[in-house]
Amino acid sequence: MLAFAPAHAQETVKIGLILPMTGGQASTGKQIDNAVKLYMQQNGDTVAGRKIEVILKDDAAVPDNTKRMAQELIVNDKVNFIAGFGVTPAALAAAPLATQAKVPEIVMAAGTSIITERSPYIVRTSFTLAQSSTIIGDWAAKNGIKKVATLTSDYAPGNDALNFFKQNFTAGGGEIVEEVKVPLQNPDFAPFLQRMKDSKPDAVFVFVPAGQGGNFMKQYAERGLDKAGIKVIGPGDVMDDDLLNQMGDAALGTVTAHLYSAAHPSAANKDFVTAYKKAFGSRPGFMAVGGYDGIRLIYEALKKTGGKTDGDALIEAMKGMKWESPRGPISIDPETRDIVQNIYIRKVEKVDGELYNVEFATFEAVKDSGKTKK
Amino acid sequence: MTTLFTILFDGVAYGMLLFVLACGLAVTLGLMNFVNLAHGAFAMTGGYICAVLVNNSGWPFFAALPLAFVSAAAIGVVLERTLYRHLYTRSHLDQVLFTIGLTFMSVAAVDYIMGSSRIFIKLPAALEGQFDFFGVGIGRYRLMIIVICGLLTVALQLILAKTRFGSRLRAAVDDPRAASGLGINVPQVFAFTFAFGCGLAGLGGALSAEILGLDPYFPLKFMIYFLIVVTVGGSSSITGPFLASLLLGIGDVAGKYYVPKMGPFVIYTIMIAILIWRPNGLFGRAAAR
Repeated sequence: MLAFAPAHAQETVKIGLILPMTGGQASTGKQIDNAVKLYMQQNGDTVAGRKIEVILKDDAAVPDNTKRMAQELIVNDKVNFIAGFGVTPAALAAAPLATQAKVPEIVMAAGTSIITERSPYIVRTSFTLAQSSTIIGDWAAKNGIKKVATLTSDYAPGNDALNFFKQNFTAGGGEIVEEVKVPLQNPDFAPFLQRMKDSKPDAVFVFVPAGQGGNFMKQYAERGLDKAGIKVIGPGDVMDDDLLNQMGDAALGTVTAHLYSAAHPSAANKDFVTAYKKAFGSRPGFMAVGGYDGIRLIYEALKKTGGKTDGDALIEAMKGMKWESPRGPISIDPETRDIVQNIYIRKVEKVDGELYNVEFATFEAVKDSGKTKK
Repeated sequence: MTTLFTILFDGVAYGMLLFVLACGLAVTLGLMNFVNLAHGAFAMTGGYICAVLVNNSGWPFFAALPLAFVSAAAIGVVLERTLYRHLYTRSHLDQVLFTIGLTFMSVAAVDYIMGSSRIFIKLPAALEGQFDFFGVGIGRYRLMIIVICGLLTVALQLILAKTRFGSRLRAAVDDPRAASGLGINVPQVFAFTFAFGCGLAGLGGALSAEILGLDPYFPLKFMIYFLIVVTVGGSSSITGPFLASLLLGIGDVAGKYYVPKMGPFVIYTIMIAILIWRPNGLFGRAAAR
C-alpha cells in the first residue's frame, strides 16, 4: 500500500494550452508557447510536489476548433486548466465549458473587455484594448494633438479601440475630423490614407490586426503623410516588437500606449528578454509576456492551494494576486478577475541599430475601463 | 481636382496589378477552358521566390522579378505535365475540386516552410515615396507597376493576335482534333500556354507583395478578385479582362476614397451591374462552349 502513496502525491497537473499555431494568428501562438516553455525551463516542472504537464493544441484561431479541443482536453485528458486563446471568439467559445467543468480558463492573449464576464472561471493575464486605447486618447488630448483622423479595422477589437479612444479624446477636448473603418480583408490602404491626408489632421489613430501594421506604415510613408507632419498614434498592437523591425524607418516617431515593450527598463525585463532571445533567437512581444505571466499565475495558484486542483479554490487563490512581471507591476483584480497593469506611452526610436518602443510616460495600475464604467 | 487625378492614378495602378495577377487565369479559363482555382498559388510562389532572393540572397529587386516569372512558369509546366493534363477532359467540378485541393496544399506548404507572418520585399530606395507632378501625387512604385504591366499587356496582345504561336493556340483551343490533324502539337501548345499564365501570375505576385501584402493565405484571399476580373471581363480575349481590371481597380480605389463606409462593396456592385447588362462579361461570347 505504502508504495502507492508517493505515486499518488506525484500525480500530474495537466494544462491544456489552446493556441493558434498555424494561420494568420500564428505569431501569437508561437510567442505564448515559447514563453510558457521558457518559464517552465526556468522554474522547473514541479510545483507543490506535483508535476506539470502541458498539452498543446492548435486551433488556428477558429472558435469551433477551440470549443472541440477544450472539450476533449477537459473530458478525455482531464486537464486542470485550459489556457492560451489567441483571439476573442476562441476565448468565448471555451467559456461555457470552463463554467460547466469548473476548470480555470487562463486567457493569455485575447483582448476584448467582455471575456472575463462570460464565466466566473476566467482569469486574464494579457490586456484589454480599452486599457491602451483610453490612455492614448487622454494622452493625445493633453499633448497638443487637437484633430485626429482614425483608421481602424472593421471588426470587434478595431471597434473597441476606436470607441474607447474617441470617448476619452473628445472628452479631453479633441476633435475627430475623419473616421474610416477599413475592411479586414483589404490591406491596400492607399485610398484610405489619401482621405486621411486630405483631412489634414494632427495625427492618425490606427488599429489594424497584427501583420497589417507593416503595410500601413509603408504606405503611410509612401504617400508622404510623415512629411506632411501627420503623426501616428494608437494602441501598441500595431507596433508589436515582433513586427517592428520589419517596418523600417517609416515607423520612427510613432507614439503608442501599451502594456509592454522589449525595451522596458527593468531588471526583470532585461533578464526575460535575454533569456527569450537566447532560447528562441527573437525578441519577445507583448503576447509572450501574456503567456509568461499566465503560466506564472498557474504556478503561484498551485503553490497557494498546496497542489490542490479544485477549480473554485484555484480561482480564489488567483484573485488579488500581484507580482513583478517583465512588463512592470501587475495584479489580478479580485472583482473582475482581469489584469491590472501599468500602461506606458512609448515612441519608436532607433537603439543600437534596431527599432524599439521607448517608454517615456507611465499610467499606473490601469484597470479595464470597459468594466469599471458599468 | 488634383486629388481626383491621384485617385485615378492609384486606381489604374491597382487595376494593372489585378490584370497581371488575373490574366493567366483568363488564359487557362478562357482559352483552354480549364478552371484553375490554384492560380493564386502560382502568384504566391512568385512572390515568395522574389522575397527570398531579395531579402535573403541580396539580389537586386529588378533581377529577382524575371526569376519570379521563370520559376513560377517552371513549376507550372511541371505540374501541367504531371497533374493538370489528366484533367483537361474531366468535368469542371473535378477541375474545381482538384485545384482547390492544390490551393490548400500550397497554403499549408508555404505556412510550414516560410512561417505564417506577413513578408515584405526590400525595395530599392528609388522606388519608395511619391513625387509631385503638377500637384498630383505619383507613387514611384505604382508608376513602375503601370509601366511594367502596360508593356506586358501590349506584348501579350501582340503574341496572341500577330504571332504564329498565337494562331496555333487559337486553333488548338477552337478545335483540338482538327488542329492536331494540321500538325499542331496541341499538348505542347497547351503546356506552354499554361506555363506562361503561371509565370505571369508569379510576376504579379512579386509585384503585388508591396501593395497587397504576402502571406501564406494569399491564394485564398485574392481568389475572389481573380474570378471577378475574369467574370466581368469575359474570358475569351485579353482585352476584356484588361478593361475589367482597370474598371474594377479604379472603381475600388475611388469607392474607398469617396464612400469609405461602403468601400468594399463598390467592386461587387460594379460586377453585378455589368453582369446584369452583359451576362457573359464585357467581351464574352454569347454561347459558352
